[in-house]
Formats: sequence, C-alpha cells, structure tokens
Amino acid sequence: MMKNFTLATYLAIKEVVRNRGRFFLVALVIALITLLVLFIAALGEGLANGNRQYVANLDAQLVVFLEKSDYIISSSRLETNTARSIRRVEGVDDAGAVYTSSTEIVSLPEPLKVSLLGAEPGRPGMPPVVAGREFRSGEARETVIDQQVAFRSGIQIGDVIEIRSTQGVDDEFFELKVVGLVSGQSYFFQPTIFVPPSTWEKIRPQSDSELSSDTPFPNIVAVRLTDPSQADMMMTRLVERVPNIEVTDIETTINNIPGYSAQQGTVQAQGFFTLLIGILVIGGFFQIQILQKVPQIGVLKAIGSSNGMVGLSAVIQIIIVTALGVGIGGGLTYLFSLGFPPTIPLVFNGARSLIAVALLLSIGPVGGMVSIIYAVRIEPLKALRLG
Amino acid sequence: MSNIALEVRDLVKSFSLDGATIQAVDNVSFQVRSGEFVALVGPSGSGKTTLLSILAALLSPTSGQVLIDGQDLAKMNERERVKLRREKIGFTFQSNNLIPFLTARENVEYMLRLNGALNHGSRIRSDELLARLGLAERLHNLPAQMSGGQQQRVAIARALIHNPAVVLADEPTASLDTERAFQVVETFANLIHENGRAGIIVTHDLRMCQFVDRVLQMRDGKLVRIIEDKNEILEFAGAAVH
Repeated sequence: MMKNFTLATYLAIKEVVRNRGRFFLVALVIALITLLVLFIAALGEGLANGNRQYVANLDAQLVVFLEKSDYIISSSRLETNTARSIRRVEGVDDAGAVYTSSTEIVSLPEPLKVSLLGAEPGRPGMPPVVAGREFRSGEARETVIDQQVAFRSGIQIGDVIEIRSTQGVDDEFFELKVVGLVSGQSYFFQPTIFVPPSTWEKIRPQSDSELSSDTPFPNIVAVRLTDPSQADMMMTRLVERVPNIEVTDIETTINNIPGYSAQQGTVQAQGFFTLLIGILVIGGFFQIQILQKVPQIGVLKAIGSSNGMVGLSAVIQIIIVTALGVGIGGGLTYLFSLGFPPTIPLVFNGARSLIAVALLLSIGPVGGMVSIIYAVRIEPLKALRLG
Repeated sequence: MSNIALEVRDLVKSFSLDGATIQAVDNVSFQVRSGEFVALVGPSGSGKTTLLSILAALLSPTSGQVLIDGQDLAKMNERERVKLRREKIGFTFQSNNLIPFLTARENVEYMLRLNGALNHGSRIRSDELLARLGLAERLHNLPAQMSGGQQQRVAIARALIHNPAVVLADEPTASLDTERAFQVVETFANLIHENGRAGIIVTHDLRMCQFVDRVLQMRDGKLVRIIEDKNEILEFAGAAVH
C-alpha cells in the first residue's frame, strides 16, 4: 500500500512538474473559480451580517412578537407593558423592549442611512458598549453608535450628530450626542445607532396620526432565560402567561427578517452553481487528459502497475492541481479584497469562507471522479494494438 | 541445457464475432529457453499479437496452458498476473512505449521502483545499461527529445533492467528506418543472449529474423512452421531482402 502511494505520488508530481504550463493553466481556471466562490461566500456572509447581526448578537434566547405578526419584526407592535409582564414570568432572567426604525445622519459630507433602534440600557436588546458609556434613560438626547457608523463617517465619541426625521409631512432635524460605541450591530443592511426608548419615540419618522402620542410601542421584546436549555418550555409558558404574543427563537427571528431567506438562498444558489461549473470544468479537463493518455496508462498497467496505483496517481494529481488553484485563488481573493470599498459587504472571516475552501478542495476529486474511474478501467491491452 | 523460461501447451484463443467463432490462436505449443531469442512472424491477422497478449498475461486463453518461469498463468488471479508482469516479464511496444514525462533514466528506473529494487547499485546498473545502448548522453532527455530509435533502446533497457524471465517485444521496429531497426534488434538480441533471458519478438519485417535463434511462423492462428537451423533462418531473412 505504502509502495503504491509512493509510486503514485512520484508519477503524479513528475507529470505535473514536467507539464507545468498545462497544469498551471488548469490551476488558474480553478483559481478564478475559487476567486468567484470566495467572493460569493464573502458577499453572502457580509449580506447576512448586514441583515441579521443585531438580532444574532442579542443577549437573549427568545424573541417575543405581537400575536399573528408571523415573527416579522416590522409587523409586530407590542403593548408598552409587555416587557414588564414577561419579566415576571418564572424562568425569565431579564427582558428588554426593542424599538426599530430608520433614519439618516445628515451632519456628514455624505448623508448616511442608519437603523434607529430604541433599547433599554442594561437590558437584553441593548448591546454592550465597547467604548465610551451607555446613554442615560429617559429622554436624553444621547446615542450609542455602531463602530461601522464611526468607521464610515469619522464620527467620534463626544461629537454631536444631526439626524433627519419625517414628522407627519415635514422634515425635522434632531441633534444627538455620541456617548459610546457598540460593535457588530448592523440591522436591515444598515449600521445602527441606539437611543433610549423615549428619545426614539420623539425622533423616529412617524405619520401625522402617530404624532399625537408620546408612548413608544416596542416591536419586540428580547428575553434572556435563567436556563437557556429550557427555551422550548419557556416559549409555551410565555404564550400562556402573557396575552397577545407569539414567541420564537433567535434563528427563526433571523430567517423571518424580510428578504433574508430569499437573499441567502440566492447567494447560496450562486455559490452552488459556481461550484457545479467548477466540477464540470475540472472533470472535463481531466477526462480529456485521461483520453489522451490511454496508451500511456495501458503501458503503465502492462508493465506491472496496478489499477489502484494508476487510480491513486490520478487522484493525487487532481488534488495537487486543485490545491494549487485554490491556493492561488485564495491569494488573489485576499489581494482583491484589499481594494474593495467598505460599502461592499464582504466578510472573509466567516465559517462560510472555510466551508467554501473545503468545497473547492473537494471539487477537484469530485470533478475528476469520472476520469479516475475511466483510468482505472483502461485495459493494459491498450498498450498493444489489440486494445 | 538451459532452463525453459516459457512454455506454451495446446493454446487456443477464440472470439465470437457476429455469431461466428474465430480461432485467433489455434492449438499452439512451443517452448522458449533462457538465453534464446525467438521471432514470431506471420501476416496480419495470423494471431501473433493475440498470442503475445496471452503470453504477457494481458489476455486469458480459451484453453491451454502458458507457464512463465514454471508459473501457470491460468491459476493466477488478476493481482498475481499484475505481479507476474512486474517481476517476470519485460516489455517493449510498437509505439507510446515510454512514459512521456519521465526522462530516459527515470523510465528505466521506474521498473526498479515498481519492483522495490531501486538503490544505488541498481541505479548504476541502469545507467550502465543505457550507456551500453548508446544513450549515455541521453539520460536526462524526455522521450519527446529523443529519436524513435533512441526511444526503443530506452524501452529495451526498461524491459531488461529488472532481470525478467521473459522479454516480449511487439513490433519494436515498426516506426524505425531500416538502419535503426537493424541496430535496435541486433542490440536487443545481444542483450537477450548476454543476460540469459528468453526473448520473443513479434515482427512483420522478416529481415529482422537474421538476429534470432528460432523463427515461429504463424498463419490463421496456427503455428505452421518452426525454423531452428541458423542457415535456414538466414536464408528466410535473406529472402525477405530480395
């Protein structure tokens, strides 16, 4: 077995080295496929992050919605005392109301659209501050902003930002003092800024009919459990104890963010088809190569090389070329990524990129499977004129 | 008396074609001793290549026996036949003889690697054999960088380097000009004799028979004539010239 492996490796390496031009071209094709797949994976990760990051990073296990809102955050509008009712349920560690809207920071050379989230300091729904401090509660005109906002706009702690908000039919402008930064909190493709609930109610865009009320109604309540392993039981308990709600977990909440599943499905389909193209291209190349090598393989077998050794040699060769292509493709992807503007949501550090690399490494052997089987089945008689 | 390296007994190989049975090899028997060089001749379709394929353990006979170095091919499974080809048989083919991405030296050494016999001593022996065949300057050339005659000589070296019991050559001169063809077969014959191997050459070119010890002539799958007398052999080969 070891002798077979050594011989197969010897033949595979010799052939690749002696025909390096041809194999390098194939490796380049694999590199381009790698580039495409990694970018699609990174884009998928980036888009997913942009959409779900805030929800995914919630310090909570369950999310409470208004009954029959189909777990869609924007469709849910809970009673103001819902969070308080939930906190009283046995097994709930804490619960925080979350209020969602969007606005635009206009005190910048280029206006920046952001998600405007209302949350209660220190409660689930309010992410931990990584720099500065949390805002005060009440109607404080203070805000904690996502590092992405700070990065893209140059805003620093202590700065005052101005946001535009449509109130009825008029545009109004509100000033907020930046008191802290949070990390990784994109929501609905936009970086976020956090304000206290009362402030949120004042400054959020609202229609004429809504202007008469000062009471903020939360979209959802984030629930942290005493024992996270009891999530299923707690869902049932909450629905029984608190009226007019429906409860689900974080994953369902993410999947019900409008457009999230369709978008991820599209990105995954693109990645799948790119991998499929890769398999077909590699399969085609190696099949043509094996067809050209039929007499040579016949000779190898006729002089005493086993089927296993010939097949193993083909596998090793495919792995070498694929690994080379994926390596070059990975390097190219890194180089290209350095030149991309931050507005393009590319995230290369996700598990998605690692899965993509693993899949790319496997497309060679998968694509070459037919040619490997063909090589193994070639009769040594092909070395003679009988074949 | 030399050992019998190859023995063929009542060998039959038949094929079915469009419902008809064709006897490609029809009740053939002969022996080849170690150190003996035998030519297998006959017109196209006479069964030479089929017979060679059976001798090479590449094709199973319909009936009869083939013994190489005393081992009966009929009693072997595929794995044992691969081992026999590796250890007991040396090959040269008509074309596509060499592994194109290995140099002359590597092609010869491949047989040693295959047999787990590559070491310092066998490397020297390989280089000496190539030098003996006039290829000392071509050790590091790939097949594409060598002429057809040089490639055939490398193939001869590869066929002999592992000291097989039997060396089989399938039309080794088919793609060579006359002068090179004579050189190749003469060198082949000398090495067969010197190394004490049993050699069988299949050829269309009867002139090459002048270098062999015995001629086996086939027609319609049958062994129709065996020429053993040297003068008769030379006459047979000479007749082809004229």
